[in-house]
Formats: sequence, C-alpha cells, structure tokens
Amino acid sequence: MIKVFRAFIQKEIYHILRDRRTLLILFGMPVAQVLIFGFAVTNEFKNANIDILDHAKDQTSSKLVRHMTSSGHFNVNRMLVSEKQVEEGFRSGKTDLVMVIPTDFSKDLYTYDPAQVQLIADGSDPNMANALVQYARVMINDFQQQEYKEPANPYQVNIETRMLYNPLLESAYNFIPGTIALILLIISAMMTSLTIAREKEQGTMEILLVSPLPPLLIILGKVAPYAILSFIDAVLILVMGYFIFGVPVTGSLVLLLCLCMVYVITALSLGTLISTTSETQQDAMMKSLIGLLMPSTLLSGFIFPLTSMPEVLQYISHIIPATYFIEILKGIMLRGVGLEYIIFEVSVLLFMIVAFLTLTWKKFKIRLE
Amino acid sequence: MKFNPADMQAYSIEVDHLTKKFGQFTAVDQISFKVAKGEIFGFLGANGAGKTTAMRMLTGLSKPTSGSGMVAGFDVIHDYEKIKTRIGYMSQKFSLYEDLTVKQNIRFFGGIYGLSKQEIRQKTDAILHDLRLSEVASKLVASLPLGWKQRLAFAISMVHDPDIVFLDEPTGGVDPMVRREFWEAIYEAAGHGRTIFVTTHYLDEAEYCDRVSIMVAGKIEALDTPANLKKQFGSQTMNDVFLKLVR
Repeated sequence: MIKVFRAFIQKEIYHILRDRRTLLILFGMPVAQVLIFGFAVTNEFKNANIDILDHAKDQTSSKLVRHMTSSGHFNVNRMLVSEKQVEEGFRSGKTDLVMVIPTDFSKDLYTYDPAQVQLIADGSDPNMANALVQYARVMINDFQQQEYKEPANPYQVNIETRMLYNPLLESAYNFIPGTIALILLIISAMMTSLTIAREKEQGTMEILLVSPLPPLLIILGKVAPYAILSFIDAVLILVMGYFIFGVPVTGSLVLLLCLCMVYVITALSLGTLISTTSETQQDAMMKSLIGLLMPSTLLSGFIFPLTSMPEVLQYISHIIPATYFIEILKGIMLRGVGLEYIIFEVSVLLFMIVAFLTLTWKKFKIRLE
Repeated sequence: MKFNPADMQAYSIEVDHLTKKFGQFTAVDQISFKVAKGEIFGFLGANGAGKTTAMRMLTGLSKPTSGSGMVAGFDVIHDYEKIKTRIGYMSQKFSLYEDLTVKQNIRFFGGIYGLSKQEIRQKTDAILHDLRLSEVASKLVASLPLGWKQRLAFAISMVHDPDIVFLDEPTGGVDPMVRREFWEAIYEAAGHGRTIFVTTHYLDEAEYCDRVSIMVAGKIEALDTPANLKKQFGSQTMNDVFLKLVR
C-alpha cells in the first residue's frame, strides 16, 4: 500500500512541478504578499506635502513652519497667499495637508488667549487624513510647549501611553499573522479543491476510481503534497517576517508549528469539501474565491477590526477558520502565551475539522451509491 | 447463445436481472447476459439508454439496486473491490495525464496497480516497443497526436494484465485510419484471451464485435452476433438494425 501511495505522490509532484502557475501561486504569492503588505500598504507617511497659508507672516509663524518641516515627515509644497488657493492643491493631488495660521497667531500665543491654527486635510482618503492631522497636531503641541516653557494650565493630566506587545506599533505585527492565515488557506483549500476538480474535469478521476486504489487514499494522495507545501510556506513567511520586518516569535515555536499544521488540516478538509461539490476547476475556483478568500480577507479581523463590525458580520466572522487562527498566531507570536490561553480557538479549529470531514464523507458516499 | 459454444463454459461476465434505480427512475431495468472469455462484446444504445450506468455497475463504481452478477469471477455486490484488480478501463474522455510524459504515465498506472519496479520496467519497454513510441517516451502526452494517445491509453489500461477491458467509446473523435488500427489492437488483445467489453457510437464498428447487445430505455432489446441481428431484423447494416430498435 505504501508503494502505491508513493507512486501517487510522485505523480502529484510531477503535476505541481510542471505547472508554472501552480508554482507561482505556491511560492511567488506568499513572498509578494508579504512584501506588498510590508512596504506598500502602510499608513505611515514620509514627506507629506503641506501647503501653508500664513496670514501672520511673522517670526513666530515662520518658526512654526520650520518646526513642522524639521521632523522630515512634512515637506512645504507651497506658500499660499489667499483662501482661494486652498483647494487647488487638493484638486491637483499635489497637497496632502493645508495649515492656516491666523493673523494674530503670535499675539494670542503669548497672551493666554488660545492661539488657533487650522488644519485642512483631504477627507476622501480618511485613513491618511486622520494620520496626517494626528501627526500635525502632535507637532503643533510640541511647538507650543517649546515656545511657552511653563504649562498654560498647571493642573494638567499627563498621559503616558505604552503599547504592549508591539511598542512601535509596527504594522508588520498585524499583517504577518494575517498573511500566514490567508496563504495557508489559499494553498490548502483552494489548490486542493482545484487539483481534485481537475481530475474530475479531465476524466482521470473515473480511471482512479475504477483502479483498486481506495477512495480515501486518492484523497490523501491529493492533499498530502499540498499540506507539506503550505507548511513550508508558513515557515517561509515566518522567516521573512522575522528577518525583514522584525516580527518575533515570543512564544513556543514548536507549539506555533503544531498549530499551523492543525490549521492546514482544517483548510484541507474545507478544500476537499469544496471539491466534492464542484465538477469543474472553474466551479471550485469560484467557490474558493467567493466562499473562502473574500470573507477570510475582509471578516477575519485581518484588515478591519471585528469589534467595529455590524452584528451580522460578526456572526459570519465566527464561522471563518482564519479568525481563530489569527488569534492563535498573535497569541503565540506577539503575546507569547501558551496553549492554555488559546485552548478555545484551538478547540474550534478541531471541531471544524471534524465537521468538514463528516460532511465530505457524507457527500462522497452519496456519490458512490 | 450461438457464439462459439466451446468458449461459453468460461464466462467473464455473467449478470442476472441487474437493476439500478435512482429514486423513481429506473436507469437499468433487469438486464441479463453472459460474456465469454476472450469475446469482443459490443454494448450499444442511444445516449441515455443506460449504457454508462450498466458499465459503472460492472466496474464496481456503482452499487446495483437489485439483481446479481459476476465479473472476472467476483460478485458485483459484495466483492466489487476485488473486481477492480482484474479489470482495465478506458473512458470516453481521454484518460491519461497530459502533463506527464509517456513513461511517467506508464509508471504511475503500473504503480497504482501494485506492479513491482521490475515489472513496470518490462511493461514500459514492451509498450514503447509495441506502439513504436520509444522516441517520444520522454515527451509529454499532451504533445502526441490523438490517435497515438488513444493507443497508449488502451495499452496502459492493460498494464496489469486484466481479464476484462472495459472500453467506453474508445474511438470517439479519431479518424478512420486510426480507428482501424485501434480495432486491430483490440483483436490482438482478445486473441490473448482477454475479454473486451466495448461501447461505441460508430455502428460500423459494431460489425467487428463477436456479439452485440443493444440497449433501449434501460432494457437489452437485442443480443446476438451482428450477422444474426441483421437477419433477424431484415436489414443490410447494423445501422439499420439500430434505427429499427431505437425508433
């Protein structure tokens, strides 16, 4: 039986090696996705263009402007002369932020009257606008403290914040776990459902079923290579996360890899379930993309926080395996927790495996009758 | 049963009132027939007459609703797993892996039928030599002309020396020259005592069979040698016989 199984696996390896697209998805996609998330998709900004409408035109106001640009995050694009010019920069897309300094800015600043500065941002990109305004506000407060040594109000609450587990608020700490969850899902679930659907579509499944191979062995032979490959991918992403973006694994690496395997099996059982309901590769592809990839990307808490979602979507997010796996990954990698803290998430994944396999088995039996 | 009585003692296939129902619909309705060892048995019928369902029962893919049958000495209801080791199968869809080379295909199918490395090597050499494919042994199957592929698929379906080979419309889409060659290969296989169970859409091919059965709406309406069938229906060709039955 082992000999037969080896012949089967060998054939699967030929398929994978011969198909450039499969290879690209297997190894190109994880690398590309990590690099894109890491370097391109970020709310951090450098050299944002700022337009300044300085009504005051005195020493203090130019000091403020210098202060803003000293950080390296802002770059003065244009000095405006009238209110009418404010929108021009936004329309042409050359400006990210406009700061308006009123005429009596310095007078107010030194005479206990609240000094006012207006910030105008492009609300059509809310995330960016928020980040810019936040940062500009910090810079202006900073400037105020410098200029005006003693606090305006001696009874201030000094807030000191500390970000646990991710002190620098690196976005990589979020996207590395998320990417692992997605890539493993795509490879394990989508690729296996595709490869099984391909055998059906090309008619070779008939030949396999007529052969003495037990059906269970056919399924195992189809999924085993992908289980191994997705595991390699998980390690690849972890290594890239660690060396390129400095994402640590503070918890047990062994536990992490074991649970990666559990998740891979969850995804594989989902993939075989999809394949029992699809006759063609296109069918399997559509089901995987719409039924798996889209909800997992949008509703797993990877991109949008779960707590701010409408209740209905929160319910859906609870039936997505990736939701639990991302929690597990963040727990082990960032918070360094042991199994006892994530036992609920692990149990849910195990339950899902049993449920998917039962459904697959039922479907399979019906087909044989 | 007029076919070659001497051989009839050894049947490869024997079915008795074999029936398959899907809910209310009866796809195969109490068919009974015997196929002798080494016989070329043509299994004809219009699309939807129940040919494929009947064949699926004989190959162990589908469980009969009622009736009984023996294929290659094993019971179709209880021992269908054993049947699978004694039969070969080639389907109407092209049934090799296009993205594997000729050699890799032979090795794979030899492997899943449990042949040893040495046996696989011998089989590979024999097939490559018989089909004159040695030069393209390391080429992808996808690059071969359709006729070659069909011949190769037929050879590979017999890689484990099965007692019976089921051919489901094996010559679909190939030109007359290749069909002729294909039938020569069928005769050769039958000459070695192998039973050939073949479905086809080409009624001229029915003439090449030792005996022919014609299925209409789940039942076998006629079964005899092509010559006897033509006599019985007063027709010149098998095509005529078929049309008379199906209408």
